[in-house]
Amino acid sequence: RGVPGAFPAPGTSLLSLAVTSEQIEHLHRRFKQLSQDQLTIRKENFDSIPDLEFNPIRGKIVHAFFDKRNLRQGSDGLADEINFEDFLTIMSYFRPIEMNMDEEQLDRFRKEKLKFLFHMYDSDHDGKITLQEYRNVVEELLSGNPHLEKESARSIADGAMMEAASICVGQMGPDQVYEGITFEDFLKMWQGIDIETKMHVRFLNVDTIAHCY
Amino acid sequence: LDYQHVQVPFEITLWIMLASLAKIGFHLYNKLPSVVPESCLLIFVGLIMGGIIYGLNDRSPPVMDSDIFFLYLLPPIVLDAGYFMPSRPFFENIGTILLYAVVGTIWNVFGIGFSLYGICQVKAFRLQDVSLLHNLLFGSLIAAVDPVAVLAVFEEIHVNEKLHILVFGESLLNDAVTVVLYKLFRSFCEMPTIKSVDVFAGVGKFFVVGLGGVLVGLSFGFTAAFTTRFTKDIRVIEPLFVFLYSYLSYLTAEMFHLSGIVAIISCAMGMKRYVEANISLKSHTTVKYFMKMWSSVSDTLIFIFLGVSTIGENHEWNWPYICFTVIFCLIWRALGVLVLTFFVNRFHVNTITSKDQFIIAYGGLRGAICFSLVFLLPDFHRKKLFIAATTVVILFTVFVQGMTIRPLVDLLAVKRKRESAPTVGEQIHIRFLDHLLAGIEDISGHWGQYYWKDKLEYFNSKYLQKILLREYDQPKSSIVLVYEKLERKHAIELAQAGQLGHGPAHPSFLCSAFLCSSSDRAVITDQKLEDTLNPDVLDNMQEILARNLYRIRRTGPAYNRHTLPGDSEPTERAKEILILRHKSL
Repeated sequence: RGVPGAFPAPGTSLLSLAVTSEQIEHLHRRFKQLSQDQLTIRKENFDSIPDLEFNPIRGKIVHAFFDKRNLRQGSDGLADEINFEDFLTIMSYFRPIEMNMDEEQLDRFRKEKLKFLFHMYDSDHDGKITLQEYRNVVEELLSGNPHLEKESARSIADGAMMEAASICVGQMGPDQVYEGITFEDFLKMWQGIDIETKMHVRFLNVDTIAHCY
Repeated sequence: LDYQHVQVPFEITLWIMLASLAKIGFHLYNKLPSVVPESCLLIFVGLIMGGIIYGLNDRSPPVMDSDIFFLYLLPPIVLDAGYFMPSRPFFENIGTILLYAVVGTIWNVFGIGFSLYGICQVKAFRLQDVSLLHNLLFGSLIAAVDPVAVLAVFEEIHVNEKLHILVFGESLLNDAVTVVLYKLFRSFCEMPTIKSVDVFAGVGKFFVVGLGGVLVGLSFGFTAAFTTRFTKDIRVIEPLFVFLYSYLSYLTAEMFHLSGIVAIISCAMGMKRYVEANISLKSHTTVKYFMKMWSSVSDTLIFIFLGVSTIGENHEWNWPYICFTVIFCLIWRALGVLVLTFFVNRFHVNTITSKDQFIIAYGGLRGAICFSLVFLLPDFHRKKLFIAATTVVILFTVFVQGMTIRPLVDLLAVKRKRESAPTVGEQIHIRFLDHLLAGIEDISGHWGQYYWKDKLEYFNSKYLQKILLREYDQPKSSIVLVYEKLERKHAIELAQAGQLGHGPAHPSFLCSAFLCSSSDRAVITDQKLEDTLNPDVLDNMQEILARNLYRIRRTGPAYNRHTLPGDSEPTERAKEILILRHKSL
């Protein structure tokens, strides 16, 4: 379809299978708009989106685009800039469920999305969501409310952490210490919410499923 | 004996008394409501009553007057449904609901109408004189799913939330389509010739009826919210405003030939948020109780009258027509659901499993609305045939489908309602997901569901809340609401366990109570406990909680007709203790 060099070669990872070429073109146009016709995007480019300013977790969302764990690059840390292929990789986390998926695929699908969320909560990349990180999340979420004192947000986070502890570990002994929420615990917490149907951006229609992992 | 003087109110009161006593009777025998849905029992009582009256008077018992039904019996039920409608699942599934309500109903109407016309062509049935238009008119009134019947059956089987909201939402919103088609075909019956421009006018009318209903409802809803802003000194009549404005919106919509049901639902949904923030706790309880009471009484009366009206000489029993009506209703509903769900799944509007599809199709119950509409038909020589067919369809759906749906739900292992307590963590996650998806939609340049929801929230907090809320100082996030509710619950549990009596000396009782709750002490890393037990900090928080103890509202759905959520004696006592303790601190 005549897209320039930033377009991934066919057969590369999941991209050519995960989204249709129409969607790729639409996203490519958007990418060019954001990057101002450069080949890569930096964090500053996200400032040009006006609506994103009012989003309370703006910082975390932008951070997620540059998080190497989400970009499937196997390493850790933050990338400075991402190209179109990386952009598509992040977008593919939001593809909707397919009716003909079997149990194993569904499970993998769900885990993928939850891993993305986990990385957003776990800002210091140590594989655990500590109390401080959880507090940070709640503070950001409630930051749109100027009348709510910071301490209330903190105690809410404390309460939520308690709940998480009781779900994940159950009854604890008096000297036991709850380090933080690991990914397995995180999976347990989200058991009641059907993330496969909730976490998708509708226009990303899918024709076939990625079988690469 | 001056019976004439008091006859009308006396008889009305007697009927209502009968309905309420019947309700008590069913619940005395515990096993019965779980096997036979209440609606069936009520119709049965009605049948008996009708038989008695017929036997005594030797003429047909009083038929339920359509005016009484539409003006007095239906609005309380729909208001109750709209007020307690859980808005989150409703708006998440609104596309699917509208598709079923609009396209599905039209499909059913034309399908049933045309196939019945085909049946009428068969010479052996002696139905030649029923024209196509008559059949379409009949189709338009029999095709619509009835909210009263659906509510009566579904509230006892507790299926998962999405399925419940799909069937229920559809039954409420298809009123707009039914109204338009019914009136359209009725006017066609009286017109000598039908031009295509009339058909287009009909289509246009549908949009007017639906959107007009929404507009009327919303304007009355916001006016109600605005009125309650000023009711601080006359708390006693606050509940009255809720009912008056909703009823007015229904009547106004009906006056303009718009859809009254859609109007009253939009009124209730629009005003709920603001009214609940403005009125006092006692008024809030009053509103809830009165709504449940009225809708309960209406519901019971409707089914009893349905039974009573069945007996009598209003029917022409042409069995082939009646049987085919029932068969076609089932077939066309099943086909409609299958085809529409295929499109819904294909275009990722929603994901509906085949089990859910079966329940949606099977749960298409007809009820009193069809019954009243058929009595409103102009008198023509085949009217009694239609009345008979309607009666049989309603009895079939309520008895057969109503009774068998519960065993079927168990047999097919349909996903049931998740019985879990609300947690703060869940609220946090849901909010997080909302913002994340809105952000992704912004980044990808797509104006989707979350984008519009975000925009609406923004508009709400900037403008609407300032105008409609009395004390615009703390717009409450759902996270904070759930947290406060849980705090209160924990404190109440402690009160019941008798720990409140010991009165800890330091002001941290609420916080420490929560932190040292039923699960054993979990030492939270990375932070010393003293930090969280800082007295100033806690005073502040307790002040917020104390101020808001009177403003905490239940946000859970309340489907059950018989009880309200959160009814328990110890709660009230504990709350009093809590308030007193706060004051003394």
